[in-house]
Amino acid sequence: MIHSLFLINSSGDIFLEKHWKSVVSRSVCDYFFEAQERATEAENVPPVIPTPHHYLLSVYRHKIFFVAVIQTEVPPLFVIEFLHRVVDTFQDYFGVCSEPVIKDNVVVVYEVLEEMLDNGFPLATESNILKELIKPPTILRTVVNTITGSTNVGDQLPTGQLSVVPWRRTGVKYTNNEAYFDVIEEIDAIIDKSGSTITAEIQGVIDACVKLTGMPDLTLSFMNPRLLDDVSFHPCVRFKRWESERILSFIPPDGNFRLLSYHVSAQNLVAIPVYVKHSISFRDSSSLGRFEITVGPKQTMGKAIEGVTVTSQMPKGVLNMSLTPSQGTHTFDPVTKMLSWDVGKINPQKLPSLKGTMSLQAGASKPDENPTINLQFKIQQLAISGLKVNRLDMYGEKYKPFKGIKYMTKAGKFQVRT
Amino acid sequence: QNHFQLFPMFIKHSVNFKIKKLVYVYLVRHAEEQQDLALLSISTFQRALKDPNQLIRASALRVLSSIRVPIIVPIMMLAIKEAAADLSPYVRKNAAHAIQKLYSLDPEQKEMLIEVIENFLKIKAHLLVAGSVVMAFEEVCPDRIDLIHKNYRKLCNLLVDVEEWGQVVIIHMLTRYARTQFVSPWTEDEGLENNEKNFYESDDEEKEKTDKRKKPYVMDPDHRLLIRNTKPLLQSRNAAVVMAVAQLFWHISPKSEAGIISKSLVRLLRSNREVQYIVLQNIATMSIQRKGMFEPYLKSFYVRSTDPTMIKTLKLEILTNLANEANISTLLREFQTYVKSQDKQFAAATIQAIGRCATNISEVTDTCLNGLVCLLSNRDEIVVAESVVVIKKLLQMQPAQHGEIIKHMAKLLDSITVPVARASILWLIGENCERVPKIAPDVLRKMAKSFTSEDDLVKLQILNLGAKLYLTNSRQQTKLLTQYILNLGKYDQNYDIRDRTRFIRQLIVPNERSGALSKYAKKIFLAQKPAPLLESPFKDRDHFQLGTLSHTLNTKATGYLELSNWPEVAPDPSVRNVEVIELAKEWTPAGKTKKETPSKKFYSESEEEGSSSDSNSDSGLINEEIKDDHDDKPTKSESGSKSGEQSEEGNSSDDSSEDSSSESGSGSESEVENQRTAKKNSKNKRKSDSEDGEKEHEKSKTSESSNAESSSVEESSSDSETESESDSASESRKVTKEKEKTRQDRNPVPKDVSLLDLDDFNLVSTPVALPMPALRPSLIADLEGLNLSASSAVINVSTPVFVPMKTHVMLHRMSGKGLAAHYYFPRQPCIFGDKMVSVQVTLNNTTDRKIENIHIGEKKLPTGMQMHVFNPIESLEPEGSITVSMGIDFCDSTQTASFQLWDKTFKQTCFSLTV
Repeated sequence: MIHSLFLINSSGDIFLEKHWKSVVSRSVCDYFFEAQERATEAENVPPVIPTPHHYLLSVYRHKIFFVAVIQTEVPPLFVIEFLHRVVDTFQDYFGVCSEPVIKDNVVVVYEVLEEMLDNGFPLATESNILKELIKPPTILRTVVNTITGSTNVGDQLPTGQLSVVPWRRTGVKYTNNEAYFDVIEEIDAIIDKSGSTITAEIQGVIDACVKLTGMPDLTLSFMNPRLLDDVSFHPCVRFKRWESERILSFIPPDGNFRLLSYHVSAQNLVAIPVYVKHSISFRDSSSLGRFEITVGPKQTMGKAIEGVTVTSQMPKGVLNMSLTPSQGTHTFDPVTKMLSWDVGKINPQKLPSLKGTMSLQAGASKPDENPTINLQFKIQQLAISGLKVNRLDMYGEKYKPFKGIKYMTKAGKFQVRT
Repeated sequence: QNHFQLFPMFIKHSVNFKIKKLVYVYLVRHAEEQQDLALLSISTFQRALKDPNQLIRASALRVLSSIRVPIIVPIMMLAIKEAAADLSPYVRKNAAHAIQKLYSLDPEQKEMLIEVIENFLKIKAHLLVAGSVVMAFEEVCPDRIDLIHKNYRKLCNLLVDVEEWGQVVIIHMLTRYARTQFVSPWTEDEGLENNEKNFYESDDEEKEKTDKRKKPYVMDPDHRLLIRNTKPLLQSRNAAVVMAVAQLFWHISPKSEAGIISKSLVRLLRSNREVQYIVLQNIATMSIQRKGMFEPYLKSFYVRSTDPTMIKTLKLEILTNLANEANISTLLREFQTYVKSQDKQFAAATIQAIGRCATNISEVTDTCLNGLVCLLSNRDEIVVAESVVVIKKLLQMQPAQHGEIIKHMAKLLDSITVPVARASILWLIGENCERVPKIAPDVLRKMAKSFTSEDDLVKLQILNLGAKLYLTNSRQQTKLLTQYILNLGKYDQNYDIRDRTRFIRQLIVPNERSGALSKYAKKIFLAQKPAPLLESPFKDRDHFQLGTLSHTLNTKATGYLELSNWPEVAPDPSVRNVEVIELAKEWTPAGKTKKETPSKKFYSESEEEGSSSDSNSDSGLINEEIKDDHDDKPTKSESGSKSGEQSEEGNSSDDSSEDSSSESGSGSESEVENQRTAKKNSKNKRKSDSEDGEKEHEKSKTSESSNAESSSVEESSSDSETESESDSASESRKVTKEKEKTRQDRNPVPKDVSLLDLDDFNLVSTPVALPMPALRPSLIADLEGLNLSASSAVINVSTPVFVPMKTHVMLHRMSGKGLAAHYYFPRQPCIFGDKMVSVQVTLNNTTDRKIENIHIGEKKLPTGMQMHVFNPIESLEPEGSITVSMGIDFCDSTQTASFQLWDKTFKQTCFSLTV
């Protein structure tokens, strides 16, 4: 399966390589660099590149290319999904996944990679297990290791690996037992010029942070489970109970994990919480264009809209913009032509707006299309689909845990065409 | 390279096994370069293999098997075998991985490893291990599907609990398995599903179909089990698992059930761009074949301006595939936005997409065309060029009354610079030059002026335009212009253009040497050209299994395993029964059948019942045993049935059986007799009757074959020579059902004890039931018979189930002056010697006179090769043919054996044979 892994930074240097079978020469990456050059943008590098003897499958995250070399037929998603899992693991271990961090922790990285794959086939990808096999670096442990000469490699097989709940490690002990659940919903929408919705859908996730002693067995029930149209679970969720009772019943992994992601059925009308008024016009004759946008709340169920940012990719012909926001700050990058406006909180009494002029390249014809506006926002204490958690119960352990549930709505891929 | 000096140090440190992970990383990485030193560390691992700590045992095995040093292969083998029986599943998992490593290091060990895998599958499939074992199976012996049979149900049931990576591998393997073991669930559904085509017709068809087949399709319970058990995995968080399940549903579930995968696939589109890319590709392939599946999710494929270009184009592709009369107006409005996109590559792709929609949906063709014409005034060149190209294609499809557009485009020639677009316009004007008689010559004039500075592509089209105008426009000016252009072309740098110029000049300009062709010049140049077909680039991808690398690349990746077609008839399902173990073993394709068959088979009802073994002499031999009616289950496969009653009828119609050519030798006959006498039931009397009748028969047929043939002749009035197993099966089944009732009344068939489940029985008996004399399969051999009869009586050899009947030309009748020779390899043991390969040579006389004394002349054989020639043939009548057999010992080589064939009058030089 996976033969080798190369990590390539944005300037095209291979800064880490790992081989699980025989060694594959670095020169195989030349094909990748070729493809990269052709693609101009990092995002457009094809994820699958065939070479005469190998196939290169890559993912691009945190400005690093993770390039896996394979030799024989394998489901491409298998490799891609695994590479993403590697990135997630690094993030989990080191907090961030970046070139300097990986270089600093190269020992741990090698150890982790060695454990994750054997002969190119995934061995342990569950972060709970990995962390038992190879303990994440902390300052204290580094000091101890240097003095005593021990390493952070565990010498016992994590019991989870063999049990029926491989995601949970055993012997967990906390003084404060707590379980927090975040219901986060994202609105993906395309709004057309006139303000009507072309497509809108809600995707949601429930992220959990569970710190409970022992082997707790949790059940989580919803007030309105019918809302959930399509769900995918963490392996810990018992699928049968969901099928029959619409209850999430599970023995949670320890720490942070994504319990569930869901999609709200398309039949339900999606309430769009914001609107954008815009008037962007280029004139054929003059080298000046007018630009004005206003953002306002629409259906927010009485909650405040925060963290609003507006970004827009301006046409190439725009040289510069002189704008004045009624609130927040704005920047325009004349090289990438990216306008971004950090609005902050929307005050319904005084709607934020951004007004001004654009200076266009002299002599150039006016752009065909007005720029699309991308919107980011957050609404606390609200799940826009109306999903509500009914109750959380715990079985199997005696103590009383502290439980908390938080709702949030965010903009996903929210676009306004102008 | 300096670090190699430190290598021994590393080895020394490896003594403390517990902690030194990095040492092993290093060791494994460089062992290949420093083999001798690496060997020093082996003993440490061997000791560690016995450690009480399972983690240490496992990692010792892991490192040991990762050291790629051939010398330690036996040690590895031993370690694997030991670890395979380890109590800890974690160690066993590592052992499964070690199998693959060892295999890649030394493929010679295959047989041993297969054995280990088999044991693994049989007993030790643990949740943790299953995935790795199946992976090893896929790598080492993916063709040994017989190993899976008994574990199939176990794997299905485990599937949900296996770790996610294992799930992917197992699902892919089971998909392939299912395609070889179950009958297609699609045929029946088609009638219900094909509403798009012709509802009523297919309905009728279906009725017919069911009439013909009598029994409706019933899904094998194991097939159902697989589908049911994989369904929950659609909810997995792992995209690879979801995709694997999706492709499983796509490839093996009934079409009506495959719909549920679309929702999950659409969900994956929320994920990273790489995942999106792969999933969209797969959806694109699916959406071509079954539009309906993704139509409800049309809006999920709408393009966002932030998507990377490759995602955009894929989404566009899917949108185009999904377009139909109902949604086209929304789609076109959406496309309008895309055309204006700043990503010009994407805008161009959109225009192509509009073109495809326009051709596929005739209602909107005009709208699209108008829209595209509007785009011609776009400021961006690429957009305009692309529109021109698409408009050209569209106009070609409906050439009528579009003079206006052509005029408009002619004007554009002044402004457009993209060569493809210019070439397209010129071609269009040339093609329609009679509709725009005024503009066309003018365009030609302009182009003549700029000819030298044009792109090659455009030059060729200018030449074409000139030629067309020369033929249609009679004015002198045009002719001169064309001449001028031809002169320019004559001295062009590009030889393609010079060639074309010469060609056109000869064709259209009348001169004394111009041949007959120039008369047809007009027809040649102004022929009606077929409209181009705008097709999806994903059209031809469906022959690859979805979700595979090969599908993504659209070429075969190394190690890609073809997904076989559904079998016509399901192989025996009972092999998956865990209890009967020996059966599965016998059913390997390689399994040569022995003559000594377990006696129980002969006691079984179906043999006894005199039902037919229907051998088809033309296609080699295909035995078919037909079993008793009463045991006919709805799920059952190939056996139709005949009853004693039919055998009576068979006897009464000996004439018809005479026609049928069955060559069961006396050997098999006697066996049949044995069976008969052994069994005492009410049938017996009738049986022997029939036999008596037959013995009078010169050709000495077995009652079985005659019965079968004759009954099928009588009752289904179909061809008495059934072509294949399945054919005859369905026929006889038909017969059976009709007769069933009457038979039951009239003929109280003794119910067999049915020692075995009949399903089981079929399987085993198929290759075994009828032992034949060596040359039985070929009709030819029988006819030829005489000179071989002596030996054939003695040698009784089992016959392979499948005989390739491909004949090769040895001597063509033209080169052989009327004597033609064909040969083929009957794939039977040769009677002339056990090392020889038998070759059947058919000689034909195509002349009008006798050819006498044909024999083999000079032989030129490489050393070691031997040949047994056929006896000289006295004479061959005109139009006659004769088949002789000869034996050649190729010595396992692929060298050719060449020899000469002589006859009395001519010397025929000859030919070579290769294996």
